[in-house]
Amino acid sequence: MSLEILTPGLATTVQDRGRFGYYRFGIPQGGAMDQYSAALANRLVGNTADDAVLECTYMGPSIKTDADTVVAVTGAPIDVKVNGEVVEQYSRITLSAGDELSFGVLKGGSKFFIAVAGGIDVPEALGSRSTYPIGKIGGFEGRGVQAGDVLPVGAGAGSNLPQLDTVPEELRPEFSREMRVRVMMGLYDHKLTEEGIKNFTEEEWTLTPVADRMGLRFDGPGAPWKDEEQPFGAGQDPSNITDAGYAVGSIQIPGGKQPIVLHCDAVSGGGYAQAGTVISADMDLFGRMAPGTKVRFVPVTMEEALAARAERQALLARVWS
Amino acid sequence: MTLPEKARYSWGGDEFLLVEIAPDMSLEANFVANSIATGLEAQALDGIVDICPANASLLVRFNPDVLDHGVLKSTVEQLEADVRQATVQELQTRVIEVPVWYNDPYTTETGERFRKGYHQQPEGTDLDYAAAVNGLANAEEFIQRHHETPWLVSMVGFVAGLPFLFQLTPRERQLEVPKYLSPRTDTPPLTIGIGGCFTAHYSVRGAGGYQMLGITPTPIYDPTQSLPDFEDFMVLFRTGDIVKYRPVDEAEYREIEAEVAAGTYKYKQAPVTFTLAEALEDPDGYNSTLLEALNVA
Repeated sequence: MSLEILTPGLATTVQDRGRFGYYRFGIPQGGAMDQYSAALANRLVGNTADDAVLECTYMGPSIKTDADTVVAVTGAPIDVKVNGEVVEQYSRITLSAGDELSFGVLKGGSKFFIAVAGGIDVPEALGSRSTYPIGKIGGFEGRGVQAGDVLPVGAGAGSNLPQLDTVPEELRPEFSREMRVRVMMGLYDHKLTEEGIKNFTEEEWTLTPVADRMGLRFDGPGAPWKDEEQPFGAGQDPSNITDAGYAVGSIQIPGGKQPIVLHCDAVSGGGYAQAGTVISADMDLFGRMAPGTKVRFVPVTMEEALAARAERQALLARVWS
Repeated sequence: MTLPEKARYSWGGDEFLLVEIAPDMSLEANFVANSIATGLEAQALDGIVDICPANASLLVRFNPDVLDHGVLKSTVEQLEADVRQATVQELQTRVIEVPVWYNDPYTTETGERFRKGYHQQPEGTDLDYAAAVNGLANAEEFIQRHHETPWLVSMVGFVAGLPFLFQLTPRERQLEVPKYLSPRTDTPPLTIGIGGCFTAHYSVRGAGGYQMLGITPTPIYDPTQSLPDFEDFMVLFRTGDIVKYRPVDEAEYREIEAEVAAGTYKYKQAPVTFTLAEALEDPDGYNSTLLEALNVA
């Protein structure tokens, strides 16, 4: 079976858990920006965690199915419609051949996810179906979806669907306008001034509209770097380093002004010093933020980061149980 | 030059380990980073997700559920000690020839669109500026200095397959050029640029802050894997590759462009052993030796 894209929405791409092992060649991990929400959608339609979903941004697509199937929409709160009638988000939706899925106005957050039984079955590129538009690989022909695209869908679970047909409130993610993000300080934070560290970890930062799958830029009081003699090869600005690999989730502060959190489609390296790194358990939060969201970066230790990671895995295990 | 006695280790969250050999760029630091990466790769530890050698550092991605972070750190520390104690530091690699149309109309036209507010010296071209800041007479002299020595791929990354290259010549003779004051929003694909002490090949069209020197007709990223050099993988360069730029004129650029379009183009390349001590001791003599390999290829 297949799904036909009638209108594409603002930025709709095929994503899965990501593409790992090619970062050394500058090819990013990709994958759904909010992995937890994508997992919920897959679970509702009887998919595995590895199946590909559609990641939508602000404005949803409209889609027609050519066969009877089930779908689910999770992530940012939005009105979901079937043939114009509003249906439940975070619930399994039954579609008949010819039905049209469309969306109303987003009520918070930025990214929402559509899973279909069997998953979006585009060919894998380097072990993943995630779209990497700059490199023209993955997804539908290496790009975001466009009107008229017909997306292949894999074989679903049929009638063998999980009991969970709606996500209970306590398992749904929050889309708050204020978030605490846990970070591990390090990398090049020794180059920050005392004021820089204090501002970064104690002040509030506001997400700007300059935010996408590559990175998210925050406004705030600035976090200055020490004005020292720069090492050979690094570049003249105190925020420059000899070009190095960038950890996914690392936070660079070019010119000491606006922190940029690198996300799943980020460049794999470059010449800006980073103050620290978002812990793996909190990376999904950036797929839930809308511009204007107030963020505090809270330093934690490796032990705390690993405990948070285990907690997140336990939550995911509940979803898949 | 002397490296810090021990690398600086720092965690990039719970999935990344940064190993900074030195804050400044040098052939020695790059060699240590690359050798640790090769050694770690050979150990094939469960839980290593990616090993990314960079210019003077190394970034390792790991899965902390499979590989204890303490074990990873002590493994890399041991490798670092081994690499530093090795008596012969050598790298099995290849030298590869890249044709460049220097001072071409494509990058010139793009440069003209990004002068005021972007460039240090809005009058003149990127090449004029690059020559001036290096105390050279003109663009021709800069071009000569750019292609007369080989360059070492010291890092691959930023976007798909983009190489950073370090000039194989003593520091006092290395070309060094500031990046644009504010990055361009456009760069032609396959532009050859220079920023700081690094040359870069823009693998895809997009933003960029390096001064533009010319353009090559030969792809370095081929997601369709249609050219023979990309049969095994879509990315051409590996860290440790040695590049010799060969200036070409428009006629030859067009010829090679046609070969690429026909799917028949093959890079001229030859295997070489790169020995760090020899490269540092007699840079000019050693460079000639490296480049001889290409002549017999």
